Amino acid sequence: MNAMKQEAPERQEIEELLPWHAAGTLSRRDAQRVEEALARDPELARRYALVREEFGETIHLNETLGAPSPRALEKLFAKIDTEPARRPATSFNLGGRITEFFASLSPRTLAWSASAAVFAILLQAGLLANIVLKETKTAGYETASAPTTDPDVGAFALIRFAPQASSDDITKFLEANKLSIAAGPMAGGLYKVRVAGTGIPKGELARIVKKLQEDKVVGFIATTE
Amino acid sequence: MQVLYARHHVRVYRFVLRLVRNEATAEDLISEVFLDIWRQAGKFEGRSAAATWMLSIARFKALSALRRRPEEELDDETVEQIEDHADDPETALEKKDKGSALRQCLTKLSADHREIIDLVYYHEKSVEEVAEIVGIPEATVKTRMFYARKKLSELLKEQGIDRGWP
Repeated sequence: MNAMKQEAPERQEIEELLPWHAAGTLSRRDAQRVEEALARDPELARRYALVREEFGETIHLNETLGAPSPRALEKLFAKIDTEPARRPATSFNLGGRITEFFASLSPRTLAWSASAAVFAILLQAGLLANIVLKETKTAGYETASAPTTDPDVGAFALIRFAPQASSDDITKFLEANKLSIAAGPMAGGLYKVRVAGTGIPKGELARIVKKLQEDKVVGFIATTE
Repeated sequence: MQVLYARHHVRVYRFVLRLVRNEATAEDLISEVFLDIWRQAGKFEGRSAAATWMLSIARFKALSALRRRPEEELDDETVEQIEDHADDPETALEKKDKGSALRQCLTKLSADHREIIDLVYYHEKSVEEVAEIVGIPEATVKTRMFYARKKLSELLKEQGIDRGWP
């Protein structure tokens, strides 16, 4: 507790909010307070840089944890199949009626309906991704000597945009840094962005990524194959 | 249910895995967590986000599983289990850099500290949502996060990386 009490109360209060500011989960009012404090207090800004490091590495660590095997889903549906029939809901509100409707479907029927819904979502995502890729294609960095349409050619980074970044901010950021989206969104809201149209040395890529990390639009960024 | 599962299972699995530190246990718990979600769907009143509600259920299941496991087993499952995931050849080369040291220290935090850091940074939960998931007052959420970060800095210092804070 001593470490906290030694600081001025206002700085201490703002400092406690820094992790949520980095994650973009503060209210607009609190985010504004933090931004103002960061602008006038260099020591607080230095500590915020530490928070952003922790934020990035926590995401990195969690993203390396993998995912459960398909066996978990099979096990789940096997368990649901053995569940007794759901009782009809007595609620008359809309949420209750929706719940009642889904509860009345057998797990298998629901699974098929869900598959159709997933297909529709994927189709929609595909169309949106197509639009995004078309829009960013001209903005992407291409060397005159080696233009490429091959999705695997070039130097890439994995990026997650800061939650508070608007689409306008992101577009400007991509244009200013001559980046193009090669894939995504993936799990965890990550995008694969092409940093250069041809392969560049790892050290050079790391330097570019480090520079990009300083932009407020970037929540997390790391080099990738 | 399949859509819900497809959308949330990876994050819920990672949350549980960071708590129980055992892939097989985490995978078993995932089907239990989603079965409870299926059973309790009618009780979900939408007062919080669905992801917050799911993480609360996952946390309860993970802690129950930990209570069932003997202490010796807990001791045996060392932090290396999770560190191994990051030990691919590329990461091994970077072993000495600051980011890698930070990740290593993140795995060495206590369960309470790991949990709050993951909820805030990876699961992007607000102060109010963390309070709801963990079942502690909002003021305690902020204090616990502060001490988790402080502990992280101390662990880094032990590895020779002084961040100049706290």
